[in-house]
Amino acid sequence: MNNNAQQIDADLKPAQGMDQYLTFCLAGEEYGVNILKVQEIKGWSEVTPMPNTPDSVLGVINLRGTVVPIVDLRRHFSLPPAERTPTTVIIVVKATDAEGNVRTMGMVVDAVSEVHNIAAEAVQPPPPIGEGEEQRAIAGLATMDERMIIILDIDDLMVNGVLGSLRQSSAA
Amino acid sequence: MPSPNPECKPHHDQGSAMSMDLSEFLDVFLEECFEGLEVMEAGLLHLDEETDLEEINTIFRAAHSIKGGSAAFGFNHISEFTHVMETLLDRLRSGKQQVSQDIVDVLLASVDTLREMVEGLKDETGPDEERVAALKSQLEAAVAQGEQAASGADTEATPATDPPAASEAPPTEMPPPDAQSWRIRIEPDVGPFTSGSDPLRLFGELARLGKLEVSADLSALPRLDQLDPTHCYLGWTLTLRDTPTDKATLEDLFAWLGDDARVTITPLDDQAETETAPAQPEPPATTATEPSPAAETMASDPQSTNPTEPPPAKEKPAAETAPAPKPKASPPAESRPPLKAVKGGAQRESGSIRVSIEKVDLLINLVGELVITQSMLNQAGMAIAEAGGPLAEALLNGLAQLERNTRELQENVLLIRMLPISFAFNRFPRLVRDVSHQLGKKVELVLTGEQTEVDKTVLEKIGDPLVHLVRNAIDHGLETPEERKAAGKPETGRLELSAQHESGNIVIRISDDGRGLDREKILKKAIEKGLVAEGEELSTERIDNLIFQPGFSTADKVSDLSGRGVGMDVVKRNINDLGGTVSIHSEPGRGSTVVIRLPLTLAILDGQLAQVGSEIYILPLISIVESTQIRPENLKSVKGATELYRFREEYIPIVRLNRLFGIADAIDDLEEGLLVVVESEGRLTGLFVDRLLGQQQVVIKSLETNFHQLPGISGATILGDGQVALILDIPGLVQLFHTRPAPRRIAAGGL
Repeated sequence: MNNNAQQIDADLKPAQGMDQYLTFCLAGEEYGVNILKVQEIKGWSEVTPMPNTPDSVLGVINLRGTVVPIVDLRRHFSLPPAERTPTTVIIVVKATDAEGNVRTMGMVVDAVSEVHNIAAEAVQPPPPIGEGEEQRAIAGLATMDERMIIILDIDDLMVNGVLGSLRQSSAA
Repeated sequence: MPSPNPECKPHHDQGSAMSMDLSEFLDVFLEECFEGLEVMEAGLLHLDEETDLEEINTIFRAAHSIKGGSAAFGFNHISEFTHVMETLLDRLRSGKQQVSQDIVDVLLASVDTLREMVEGLKDETGPDEERVAALKSQLEAAVAQGEQAASGADTEATPATDPPAASEAPPTEMPPPDAQSWRIRIEPDVGPFTSGSDPLRLFGELARLGKLEVSADLSALPRLDQLDPTHCYLGWTLTLRDTPTDKATLEDLFAWLGDDARVTITPLDDQAETETAPAQPEPPATTATEPSPAAETMASDPQSTNPTEPPPAKEKPAAETAPAPKPKASPPAESRPPLKAVKGGAQRESGSIRVSIEKVDLLINLVGELVITQSMLNQAGMAIAEAGGPLAEALLNGLAQLERNTRELQENVLLIRMLPISFAFNRFPRLVRDVSHQLGKKVELVLTGEQTEVDKTVLEKIGDPLVHLVRNAIDHGLETPEERKAAGKPETGRLELSAQHESGNIVIRISDDGRGLDREKILKKAIEKGLVAEGEELSTERIDNLIFQPGFSTADKVSDLSGRGVGMDVVKRNINDLGGTVSIHSEPGRGSTVVIRLPLTLAILDGQLAQVGSEIYILPLISIVESTQIRPENLKSVKGATELYRFREEYIPIVRLNRLFGIADAIDDLEEGLLVVVESEGRLTGLFVDRLLGQQQVVIKSLETNFHQLPGISGATILGDGQVALILDIPGLVQLFHTRPAPRRIAAGGL
C-alpha cells in the first residue's frame, strides 16, 4: 500500500523520479503516453460520423453515456491506413486545454503493448523532424530495451492538433 | 458593479461571530439576502400605488432579517446601513410617516446599494463608500423630516404625557437576550363562551409568565339589540414582555380556542418592533353591556386603560384616552383607522429545502443514463421475448413497467429544475418604471402567466434578452404621451409580458400598443445593407423579422437605452442558443408583439428521428412545419444549381442533407426521399432526408464537452441501441447550406 502510494506520488511529480507510460503500436512504431492521462482502453465500437470534421476524426461513440470523439491516430499522423484487426483498440485519454477544461477523447491505435517505467532524465528532447502536427505533439524520445519510444504530449496532440485543426477549418 | 474605489472593501469583522465558523452558512446567508432584496424591491414598487400595511411589513421583515444576518456574520457595514433603512421603514409601517415618492426612490436606491454591498461580500468589492454614506444620510434625513412633521401632528393627537421622542429611541437597544417578548393577537369574534373556554383564566396564566399588557379589539361588536351574550365578540392584542416562555408553550396555552381560533403569536425581537406593538390594536376599551372577561382583564392589568370607558361600538374610540395612563413609552395612538394586524413573523413554515444545483444536475444526468439503459434493455428484451419461452411475457411486462417508471422519474426529476418565470419577470416593474421615467413616457406594465414554469438555465439566460426587448418596446415602440394623444390613444402606453405553455414549449410574448415597426425604413435599410435585393418582393412578416439580422438598427439616434450596438441579432442569437425561436409581428400604429418560443428544458428535446443513408439525425420537433413527399411538378431549379420547391405558394430552398454532410449511401433521387419543411428565423427550408423514423424525447449531450462545436449540429444524444445520433441545429444548418455549397466529405466510418 505504502509503496503504491509512493509510486503514485512519484507519478504525480515526474521530476522526482520515474514516470509510467502506456505504450502502443502504430504503423510499426512504438508510442508512449503518460499513464496518468489514460482513462481506459476499450475495444473497437461503431462510431457515429460527424460532418465537416477532419478525416482523422472518425466520429463519436457512446462511452457509458458520455459522447466521446474518436481520432484515428494513423490518419492524424498521415500514416498509411490499415485494416481493423482484433488488436485494434481505442485508448481513452483525458486532455487538458489551456483553460483547464478536461476533454475525454479516444484514439484508435493498432495495439497496446505494455506499461514502462521511464525516468524523466531518460526522455530526450525530440529531434527536429520537420514541420507539422506530428512533431508538435512529440514530448520526447525514450529508449527501452533497444527500442525507441516516441512519447506523446496528449494535451498538445488533442487540444492543439485535433481540435486546433477543427478551429482552423471552421474559421476558414 | 465593481467599485472605482479599491479601498472600498467589506469590513469583515473577524471577531467572535466569525470565530464560530459561520463561513459555511455564508452562501445560505447571501442567497437569503438576495431573496430578501428582491422582496424589498417588489414591495417598494407596490408602494407607488397604495400603502398597504402588510406590504410595508413584508419589506420591513426582509430588511430586518438582512440586518440580523449581516450582524451575525460581522458585516457591520451592511447591518448599519440596513438599520437606517429599517428605521425609516418602521416609521412608515407604524404610520408615523406617510409614504412618498421621494422616500420610495431613496429606499429603492438603498436596495440597489445594499445589493452591491452583498455582492461585494463575494468578490471583496463593494459600492462607493461615499455613495453609501450619501444614501445613509438621505435615509436619515427622511426619518428626521418625518419626525419633525410627526411631532407636530402628535402633539395635537396625544396628550403631552406621551413623549413622541419614544420612537427616536435608538433601535440598537436590544432587549436582554434571555428574556423574550411576544405579541399575541386574537382575532375578534372568537366564538361562543358555551364551549367552556374562559379567556380570563388564560390571561391570568399569561400574566404569571411575564409582564402582560392586554388591549381589546371591539371592532366585531354588534349593536346592542343584536348582541348574543353567550358569544364572545372581542379580540385581543396581548403583549407579553420579559418572559422565558417559548412560542410552543404559548401555542399550547391557546389550544382552548380550538382549531378555528385565529391566534397569531409574533416575537417582539427588538426595540423597533416593540415600539409599534401597541399601535396595532384598537385602543383598549370595554363594554358595560357585556359581562365579558375583558373588563376583568383590564382590571387585572393596572397599566391598561380605564375599564369604565363606554363602548363605542362602531366609531373609533377616542385616541387620547388610550395611552394616557401608560407610563411606559409607547407611540401615540394616531387617529388613523385600525390597521391590519401583523401576521406571523418571517419564519413561515415552508415545505422546501435548499439543494445545490449541482446535485440536481447530477441526478438529472443519472436519470438520463437510466433512460438510455432502459431503452437498451427494452430492445434486448424484445429480441429475447421474440424467441419465446415461458418467461417472455413476464419479461415484457417488467420492461413495460420499467419504461413507465423511468419516464415518470425523468419527468419529475426535470421538474426539480423548473422555476416560475416570475423570477425573470420580477425585475420588470422596476425596469419599466426607471426607463419610462427616463424617457418621459407613461407605461402600464401588465404581467401575466408569471407562474409558468421553465428550466432554471433557460430562466437565467432569457433574462437579458427580455430586458433588451422590453427596453426596446418602451424606447422605440411606445410613443410619448403627446404623440399618443395626437394619435387618439390613451396617454399611458401598455406593455404586456406574458408567458404560457404551448405544446411542450414556453411561449413568452412582449406586446406593446405603440407605433409598430416602420416597414419602409426597415426595407430601405435592408437594401442599403445588401440583406435584400432591390425590387425583391417580401412578405410583411419577412420585413418585420429583418430587424433580427446582424447590424440592423433603425434607430435614428443612438439613445442611452437601446441602439448601443447590442442589437436584436444578439437577442435572437441568445434565444437560438437556448434552442428557441423569436419572431415579431407588428401592425403599424397599433403596436408590436415579439414572440419567443423556448424549450421547457435544455436537458431534453422533442426530436424527430430522420434517416439519411446509414446515419440517423435528430430534428428538433419545434422547427418542423410539415413533412411532404416531393412532387416533381413543384420542383424548380434556379441557375441550374439551387433547387427550389413550391410549398404553400412559396418557393423554398431544398437542402440535401446527404450532400451537405457528404453521406454516400443515402438516397439522392428527390422523388424517392422525403422533404421535411422546417422553419428558421421566419423562413422555410426543405431538408431532404431518406425517411423519417419515430419521434422521441432525447437527452441532449453537448459536443463541446469533449470536442468542439460543429456548424449545423447542436449536440448529440444516445439512442436506445446505444448509438450516438447527432441533433441538427436548423438555423445553423441553413446558414451552413448558404455559405458552404460544397462541403467536405464526411469521414467514412471504418479503418
